[in-house]
Amino acid sequence: MSLLLEPSPTIIKEQKLYREMGLTDEEFAMVERILGRLPNYTETGIFSVMWSEHCSYKNSKPVLKKFPTEGKHVLQGPGEGAGIVDIGDGLAVAFKIESHNHPSAIEPYQGAATGVGGIIRDVFSMGARPIALLNSLRFGELTSPRVKYLFERVVAGIAGYGNCVGIPTVGGEVQFDAAYEGNPLVNAMCVGVIRHEDIQKGIAAGVGNTVMYVGAKTGRDGIHGATFASEELTEQSEQKRPAVQVGDPFMEKLLLEACLEVIHSDALIGMQDMGAAGLTSSSAEMASKAGSGIELNLDLVPQRETGMTPYEMMLSESQERMLLVVQKGREQEIIDVFAKYGLEAKAIGRVTNDQMLRLYHRGEVVAEIPVDALAKDAPVYHKPSQEPAYYREFQTIEYVPTINDYEETLLALLSQPTIASKEWVYEQYDYMVRTNTVVAPGSDAAVLRIRGTNKALAMTTDCNSRYVYLDPVIGGKIAIAEAARNIVCSGAQPLAVTDCLNFGNPEKPEIFWQLEKAVEGMSEACRMLETPVISGNVSLYNETNGEAIYPTPIVGMVGVVEDINHITTQSFKQPGDFIYVIGEAKREFGGSELQKWLTGRIFGKAPTIDLHVEAERQQQLLTAIRAGVVASAHDISEGGLAIALAESLMSTNGLGAYVTIDGDVVAELFSETQSRFIVSVKKEHRQAFEQLVQAICIGEVTNDEMLHVVNGDTSIIHVPVETMRNVWKGAIPCLLKSKD
Amino acid sequence: MKFAVIVFPGSNCDVDMYHAIADELREDVEYVWHDVESLDEFDAILLPGGFSYGDYLRSGAIARFSNVMKAIKKAADEGKPILGVCNGFQILLEAGLLPGAMRRNHTLTFICRPVKLRVENNETMFTSQYERGEIITIPIAHGEGNYYCDEHTLQQLIANNQIVFRYEGENPNGSLQNIAGIVNEKGNVLGMMPHPERAVHDLLGGADGLKMFQSIVTYWRDAHVVTT
Repeated sequence: MSLLLEPSPTIIKEQKLYREMGLTDEEFAMVERILGRLPNYTETGIFSVMWSEHCSYKNSKPVLKKFPTEGKHVLQGPGEGAGIVDIGDGLAVAFKIESHNHPSAIEPYQGAATGVGGIIRDVFSMGARPIALLNSLRFGELTSPRVKYLFERVVAGIAGYGNCVGIPTVGGEVQFDAAYEGNPLVNAMCVGVIRHEDIQKGIAAGVGNTVMYVGAKTGRDGIHGATFASEELTEQSEQKRPAVQVGDPFMEKLLLEACLEVIHSDALIGMQDMGAAGLTSSSAEMASKAGSGIELNLDLVPQRETGMTPYEMMLSESQERMLLVVQKGREQEIIDVFAKYGLEAKAIGRVTNDQMLRLYHRGEVVAEIPVDALAKDAPVYHKPSQEPAYYREFQTIEYVPTINDYEETLLALLSQPTIASKEWVYEQYDYMVRTNTVVAPGSDAAVLRIRGTNKALAMTTDCNSRYVYLDPVIGGKIAIAEAARNIVCSGAQPLAVTDCLNFGNPEKPEIFWQLEKAVEGMSEACRMLETPVISGNVSLYNETNGEAIYPTPIVGMVGVVEDINHITTQSFKQPGDFIYVIGEAKREFGGSELQKWLTGRIFGKAPTIDLHVEAERQQQLLTAIRAGVVASAHDISEGGLAIALAESLMSTNGLGAYVTIDGDVVAELFSETQSRFIVSVKKEHRQAFEQLVQAICIGEVTNDEMLHVVNGDTSIIHVPVETMRNVWKGAIPCLLKSKD
Repeated sequence: MKFAVIVFPGSNCDVDMYHAIADELREDVEYVWHDVESLDEFDAILLPGGFSYGDYLRSGAIARFSNVMKAIKKAADEGKPILGVCNGFQILLEAGLLPGAMRRNHTLTFICRPVKLRVENNETMFTSQYERGEIITIPIAHGEGNYYCDEHTLQQLIANNQIVFRYEGENPNGSLQNIAGIVNEKGNVLGMMPHPERAVHDLLGGADGLKMFQSIVTYWRDAHVVTT
């Protein structure tokens, strides 16, 4: 579109064209007041992306304030590319999770790939070396051709990007539920390691300093991506395909290496990824954070196509681009570093002192907006909240399942895609590149050594959204607690949290209630477990044709292993080891895998959780692991004790287990009561372990390759490990191949 | 002994190769950028895995035009050990230093997992520390490892004992005759899809790859004991 064809300010107002860009009438009036005049087309576009939920958090900000964000280890809290936590020895870990749900619903390969690319840039923009990727995925049931297509292509997109950049994808989770049928979730997390002195910030400080553009050229892809991400999906969303960006992982690899080299130059003042809302958000945010202004000459912006308008350049979300602020007069040093990697660093503007974002194009000022109006002073809304009717109804339901055949039930649960082996997924990811992966995908948390130290990092993503749907406060607590359990089981002390809040349309009071309550629960658990929230992302409007997804606050957590000898996995180790359970089972089946399998639905009460008990058990277990008296540790989660036992045997060779249970058999085997673990202990460590941990010995590891569960005198499960493994490993490939 | 790890734009296993040599083998090693003209100061050349130039075309098809390739060919002619792993193997094929070509995995997906290999030929400078027929576990991580060559070439490979590694048990990528690694006729250029540099430490799941690097050092020492 040529400039001449752009609608005039008066037409934008009279024909309410701003509505198509996502601005409300009230917001447009605010823009008019701020500028003291009508905005032109470019300015209207800039306001609309910066005031989208995706960029401004305008609907979620009041809720996000509840999160505890401070702690003794925190070096950088929310607000920068990624949060940073101290891990000792002058080292720190930087991490963040982000969503790419809407693009992935429309164009799964590129949507997922660019989600990975964006989160990697967030981490290296801080100056950190990315060492690992994780993800959290949600899809509809693996029965429709569309869901299979989305699943296969999202996995391929994550693999295609991460493998090529050469950052191992070491962990994650995938769940399947009809609630995500039209609106899959693709959340990507990146973890980086950094020396304290290398920490960078995205600031445009120092009047007169030069603004430089590096990386890929700007094209017409991804225009209004942030706006698209801030509305519901409908049948017309397919037409939004141009809002999806295209990734170039090779460019990312070059950019990554060049940026990590350039941070060692003291000519560099600030660096930020051009993510959502591209050049607009990076320039406005960098200036706003520094209390300065920015002037850009758009004629100098490297362009992939001819005849691009200021509107297109400012709203493009072309990938693999970074904005740098550099000391005036030292541009050549920066140019030389990028040239080594075949990249161009180009001066496109300068830092000013008037707190304005001013854009020049062909010699004329084409936009002039106060930077704070775009960044920290964007509108904030306190949305009404209302307890949904379903929640009240669920509180009155006591669901108690009946089961006739325990072995059949166990095998059926093992073949549920949410429980089944995710080998089909993670074998497509290079999870070993850079040779630090000590615990590969498939255990509770991934563990990576830190080369040159005796330490390691444990990392996980987690969220059981069924519990959050049943009761957002409890579900929010459980999401944090379960992530911490995974970290502890691997031998690490949980450090901090990054979260990705995936919810429906916050303008609906029942949805806003879910958001508000989930954050309340998560915050309480974060405080109790001393894991502050240091970064995150909000993805609202996850609805298809008016139907919201389950509220899904994904938790990414990182912990530190003080000594690599503490690294523990979920697999049983040798015959004769005792098997212990920490925590008693209650009859809690609301939201359980068993309920889903038996009834096809999720309803009733979420399992209860006592955070004091949770914290105490986690600390006891970690103490025992560090004392060297734990052979294996695994948290009891989806599917209960029976599934946890089976999982502890899946990667073993020649082992089995003999276990005795008493009391309510269904609850003992399949209840999803919280704060529970299954642990194996060498015979000689029995006493030492029992002194440190309150646990009940339920049996021992055998060498007969059978899972044998006995109740009184009755054998209730007696199944070869091989049979369980075949069912568990075969489930997802089998569903993908089936033509139904 | 001094190793070179060649770094092409998009190489990403260069770090792994470097540390395998520096930390586990404790030999001299340097990263060498793709635009150098000479490799004369190095005793062995390692081409690491990754996605050189993004591998948007056939894997390795662009890297073979790099400046450093002339020096690599010279080193090959001089009989220096040259090891190409994964993308390094693909580059050696594209450059014509090894015969054959790569196709996409028969699964049409990228595959990352430890696999079992049979050492078919332990009489090379890369495998002398293994037993013939030894089964070792080395990880693979590739999307295009489905080795192919014509019947005539295959017969030559077999006749000259150039097939060094075969996949044992399940063939993960559909390669011809389960081929996982081959040497040139002269025996000093080895290409293999599995990553020995990822299997040099028990902490990371196994150390079966270490003997390959030890073999190279042994070969070099033996050759130099005579001359010095």
